[in-house]
Amino acid sequence: MTPRVRLVAFLVVCLSVASGSVAYVLGVRSQQETASGSPGQPAPPALSSVESVPHIVFRSTSTGQRYGRVAMVPLSAPAGRPAFTSLSCDRVYAAMTSILCLASSGLSNTATVYPLSGAAGTRIPLVGTPSRARLSSDASWAATTTFVSGDSYAGASFSTRTVVTDLASASSADLETFTLVHEGRPITPHDRNFWGVTFADDNDAFYATVAFGHHTWLTRGSLRKRTLVTLREDAECPSLSPDGTKVAYKKRGDRDPGDWRLAVLDLATARETMLAEPRSVDDQVTWLDNERIMYGLPRDDAGGVQTDVWVARADGTGSPTVLVPDAWSPAVVR
Amino acid sequence: MSKEAGMYLSDRPRPAVLPDAVPGPRMASTRERVGRTVVLMGLVSLVTDISSESLSAILPLYVTAVLGLSPLAYGVVDGVYQGAGVLVRIAAAWVSDVADRPKWVALSGYAMSAFAKAALLLVSGFAALTAVVTVDRLGKGIRTAPRDAVISAVTPPAVLGRAFGVHRALDSIGAAIGPLVAFALLALTPGDYTPVIVVSLAFGLIGVALLGLVVPDVRPRRVPREAAPLASHSAPGVLRDPALRRVVAVAGVLGLLTVSDGFLYLTLQRRDDFAAQYFPLLFVATNVVYFLLAVPMGRLADRLGRHRLFALGHLLLVAAYAGAARETGGLAATGTCLLLLGAFYAATDGVLSALTSALSPVRHRALCLSATQTATAIGRLVSSIVFGLVWVEIGRGQALSVFAVALSAAVGMALWLFRGLPTTEESRVR
Repeated sequence: MTPRVRLVAFLVVCLSVASGSVAYVLGVRSQQETASGSPGQPAPPALSSVESVPHIVFRSTSTGQRYGRVAMVPLSAPAGRPAFTSLSCDRVYAAMTSILCLASSGLSNTATVYPLSGAAGTRIPLVGTPSRARLSSDASWAATTTFVSGDSYAGASFSTRTVVTDLASASSADLETFTLVHEGRPITPHDRNFWGVTFADDNDAFYATVAFGHHTWLTRGSLRKRTLVTLREDAECPSLSPDGTKVAYKKRGDRDPGDWRLAVLDLATARETMLAEPRSVDDQVTWLDNERIMYGLPRDDAGGVQTDVWVARADGTGSPTVLVPDAWSPAVVR
Repeated sequence: MSKEAGMYLSDRPRPAVLPDAVPGPRMASTRERVGRTVVLMGLVSLVTDISSESLSAILPLYVTAVLGLSPLAYGVVDGVYQGAGVLVRIAAAWVSDVADRPKWVALSGYAMSAFAKAALLLVSGFAALTAVVTVDRLGKGIRTAPRDAVISAVTPPAVLGRAFGVHRALDSIGAAIGPLVAFALLALTPGDYTPVIVVSLAFGLIGVALLGLVVPDVRPRRVPREAAPLASHSAPGVLRDPALRRVVAVAGVLGLLTVSDGFLYLTLQRRDDFAAQYFPLLFVATNVVYFLLAVPMGRLADRLGRHRLFALGHLLLVAAYAGAARETGGLAATGTCLLLLGAFYAATDGVLSALTSALSPVRHRALCLSATQTATAIGRLVSSIVFGLVWVEIGRGQALSVFAVALSAAVGMALWLFRGLPTTEESRVR
C-alpha cells in the first residue's frame, strides 16, 4: 500500500467509526425520548395525590430524561406509575415530609435536605461520591456516607467518610471524631472507616459499620455521648426495623470481597437469620414494615443502569419479588 | 569514552532512510525539530487516552451502579490493574527488539486494549470485569516500551528529551479530554453507560488505525549507523551495562518511595473539605500543568542532563508530600500540591524514557526501556503496599513526612550514582 492509499484507508476508518458511534448515541437518545414521552401513555399521576397517602419515595432508574429523578408511588400500588418530583439525586431518603438528596455531577457532589418535595433545600456538608443517605424517623437528623478518593481506588487507598448532622442546629460531625470502643477499650486505628448509619427513634442511639484491620463491625452509637461501641463482626450497612427490635445488614461470610448476603439480627436474642435472597446485595436495606425488607438490585441486562427495588421477608421465608420496578434508594413515608 | 561516543552518533537516523526525520543541520543541536513520527505517536496516544480515560472516569460509577459492586471490590479490580503485565511487558519489548518491529508490537498492545473495550459491552459480573480490565492493562504493558522505542529511533539523541516531552504533552491532552467526553455523553443519554463504552471503543479503534496505517514502520536496527552500535551484547547482557544498571536501580528506588496518587489525593481531601469540593477541577489542573510543562521540561532535560532532571524532578514530589503532610490545608495549599504533582510528572516520565534511550544500544532499546519502566512500576507497586502499612501504623500525614525525607535522601543517592554520566550528548560525543 502506498502512503496515500493508507492515508485514505485511515480516513475511511475514522469516518465509519465516527459516524457509527454518533449514530449509536443518537439512537439511544431518541429511544430514551420515545420511552419517556410516548403519546399513547397516560400522564404520570399528580405528586400531591401520591404525597397525601402512605408512599414510597425512590430514585427512578428508568432511562431517559427522568433517569435519576426522585419519584413516588403509593404504598398500595408500588408497581404502578410513579409521580415525579423535579429533584435529581444519586441517593435519596425520605422521612415525614423531608427528602435528603445526595447528588453527584462528576465535577461536584452535594447533599441537600428539602423540608417538602417542592421547597427550597438546605445544603449539608458532603465530600466524595455519594454512597448512603439516611434521615431519622422525625427528620431531625441526617447521615451521609461518601467514598473519598482521587481517581484511583487502588487497594487500601479506598476510604469512606460518614457525617451525621443535627438539622435543627445545622451542626455536623464526622464519625471519625467520635470515641470508638472495641472490646471495652477506646481505640483509634488509623485505618478506621465508617459507613451506613441508621437512627433509632430516640434521636440518640444509632447503628453504623466500622472497618479497621481488614474486619468490619456492627457498632451501636450514641449521638449525645459521641461514642460508638463494636457489637458484632461482619455486618455492614445496618438498618433498624421501625419497632427498633431488629437490625438488617449485609454480610460477607467467607465469600469474595464484594459478595454479600442479607441477614437480620434480633437485638434481644442476638439471633441472626439469613434472608431468602440468593443474590449478592450491595445496598443499605430499608424496612417496608416490621416484617419485610426492601433493597435495590441491578437488572441483568448489560449496559444500562436499570435497577429494581425488591422485597423479602425478614424471617427468611418466602422468595423475594420485585416491589418497585426501575427504582433505587427506597424509603417509606407514612 | 570513545565507544560510547560512537554509540550516540550511531543512533542518529539518516534523513535518506527516514523521510520524516529532522531536516536541517545534522550536527546535534537543541534547535532541531521533533519529527513527524513523534507527533503521530503523540496523536495515537492522545486518542487512545481519550478512549481509556473516558472509561476510567465512569468505571467506578459503572462498577457500582451497573454491576452492583462496591468500590471496595473495585479496589481489587484496580489491584489486578497494577499487577498485570510485568512479565508481558518485558517479553513484548524483547520481541519488539528481536523482530525489529516496535510499531507492530505496540499495535498489538493498542489493539488488545481496544478489544477489551469491545468486550466490556458484553460482560457482566465481577470475574468478567476483572478479565476485561486485565486485558486492557496487558495491552498497555505491551505497547509502552515499543512505542517509546519508535519515538527514540526517529529522534536525534540531542533532542530526545524534547521529543518525549512532545509525546507526553499530547498524551496528557487526551487524558484531560477523556473524562469531559464521558460526562458530556452521560448528560446526553442519562442512565445509559453503553454510549460511553461505544465512543471509548471508537477512539480506541481510531488510535489503532492511525498507528497501523499512518505511522511509518520504523525499523530501528536497519537504520544505517555511522559507527558500529554496541552490537556485541546479548539481550540480557545489555542490562549489565553499568550506566544502564544505575538508571534501573535509581528508577526502582525512587519508584519505591513514590506514594501512589490515590493516597496523596486521599490525604489532601481528608484534611480539608473546602478544597475537596473543588477537587475534580484541581485534578484537571494537574493534567494541564503536565501538558504545559512536558515540552519545557524535556528541553531542560536535554540541556541540564536527563539523569539530573530525572533525579531532581523527584524533589517536586518531596515538596508536594511536605505540603500534603501538614495538618491544615486550604484551596491554595491543596492546589499547589497538585500543581507540583503535575510538574513532577512532566520532569520525570518522558525524561526517564529519553535518559534510557540515550544510554541504550538501538538493538536492545525496547528491552532497556521496559527495564527502567518496569523498575519504576514494581517500585510503585511495593510502595503502595508499604505506604499503606506505614499509614496504618503512624497515620497519613506522618507517613507522608517519612516518605518525603526518604525520597529526598534517595534523590541525593541518585545524583551520586549518576555522577559519571555526561550532561548532554554533545559532551559525550566530544
